[in-house]
Amino acid sequence: MTRVRVEVNGTAVEREVEPRLLLSDFLRHDLGLTGTHVGCEHGVCGACTVLLDGASARSCLMLAVQCDGLSVTTVEGLARNGELHPVQAAFREAHALQCGFCTPGFVMAVTALLEERRGEKLSDDEVREALAGNLCRCTGYQNIVRAVQIAAGSEG
Amino acid sequence: MKPPPFDYHVPATVDEAVALRTADSDAVVLAGGQSLVPLLNMRLARPSALIDLRCVGGLSYVRAGEGGVAVGAMTRQRELERSAEAFEACPILREALELVGHPPIRNRGTVGGSIAHADPAAELPAVLCVLGGRVGATGPRGTREIAADDFFLYPFTTSLEPDEVLTEVFFPKAPSGSGYAALELTRRHGDFALAGVCAVVSNGSARLCFTGVGGRPVLVDSDEPDAWQAAIDPSADATGSADYRRQLVAVLGRRALELARARSAQ
Ligand SMILES: Cc1cc2nc3c(=O)[nH]c(=O)nc-3n(C[C@H](O)[C@H](O)[C@H](O)COP(=O)(O)OP(=O)(O)OC[C@H]3O[C@@H](n4cnc5c(N)ncnc54)[C@H](O)[C@@H]3O)c2cc1C
Ligand code: FES
Ligand code: FES
Repeated sequence: MTRVRVEVNGTAVEREVEPRLLLSDFLRHDLGLTGTHVGCEHGVCGACTVLLDGASARSCLMLAVQCDGLSVTTVEGLARNGELHPVQAAFREAHALQCGFCTPGFVMAVTALLEERRGEKLSDDEVREALAGNLCRCTGYQNIVRAVQIAAGSEG
Repeated sequence: MKPPPFDYHVPATVDEAVALRTADSDAVVLAGGQSLVPLLNMRLARPSALIDLRCVGGLSYVRAGEGGVAVGAMTRQRELERSAEAFEACPILREALELVGHPPIRNRGTVGGSIAHADPAAELPAVLCVLGGRVGATGPRGTREIAADDFFLYPFTTSLEPDEVLTEVFFPKAPSGSGYAALELTRRHGDFALAGVCAVVSNGSARLCFTGVGGRPVLVDSDEPDAWQAAIDPSADATGSADYRRQLVAVLGRRALELARARSAQ
């Protein structure tokens, strides 16, 4: 067992874990944060995307022990005082989800994208390229792109 | 749990990492994990131990100088992609890095990891070869430099010894006035390419390095399509036939030369 200290959604967490425990399973099983979804568990679908010190990362391609000393943000950490985060609100407004399985991963990837390109105008092509690592089997992506543009407008 | 059990080491120095590798030949180095963790999850890799380099100091840097860009092995791919001084010295780096996976992959994946992994379809090894770069490695016998062309041997196999750690990757500047291009064809943006090419042209000479069409990056010092076809050895897989890859090499090579020449004229 190895000791890991991480900040998860602003709260300090300290646990003894097996080194082979994936960050995705640590979040879901050990911390009960089941908003982070797992699809492929080899890096392809993006459902498990979280923020590590603000940058997007696949939680299925990280060991929990690798996060020692880092801060992790999951979809549960976005809303403030019961108010949806602007990206979440835009997804609802644009009807950018159907079954919702892929949604937490998209929301985290979009949050990182808009943070990085704050104040810039993004073309639809740029949005599609930035989100090419997230797969959705339901929506056809059209409304997801629209949601990103809404969120970009409301934040910029 | 998806990965098999393993011991986990977090050395603080390169020497400690080398000592751990020397003591246990089944232990493997963990860098960004973007290739190794999928292999663990699928249990295609069953190492006795992981030697995680994340706490080794001094392995994450981008230093652009007269001769080119020196990059610490643990530098994240995304950091190199966004480095203004690296772009100025070696603009082909950014063009190639933007083709590597997706932003979350490049946020974690390291430059040294991509080079050490030596996937024949990967972009960075081709950039290193086309620029005539080199890597630095440290082992129990000390530190040595290995030229790119001597480094990549077969798919996923390099001339790094089992007890060595890759510490630095050096990308030389192309001659002044030269032009460059990095192009590839993928089924979906961010996938590994069916075939790709990195090209550098200067003063009438052309050097191309193809990916995905041989056991390692295929370097050709010629702008003759026949010479490219003679050098490559493509095979078929679920994404495309060998003949299709030959066709792609002809098309991508021509487009890369056109783009590189247009840029060199400026
Ligand atoms: C969905 C997806 C898409 C991808 N698409 C692309 C793509 O289009 N192009 C591309 O090039 N790559 C792609 N990758 C792979 C990615 O670029 C990896 O980051 C890279 O291949 C490995 O770097 P890493 O730091 O993650 O290394 P790790 O996964 O940690 O290690 C990879 C291998 O290198 C060895 N190693 C790493 N560092 C060292 C060192 N310093 N010394 C000695 N040995 C070392 C490890 O032991 C291991 O065998 C993709 C990955 C995923 C998950
Ligand atoms: S579950 Fe992590 S990328 Fe698919
Ligand atoms: S909404 Fe169902 S997978 Fe995207």
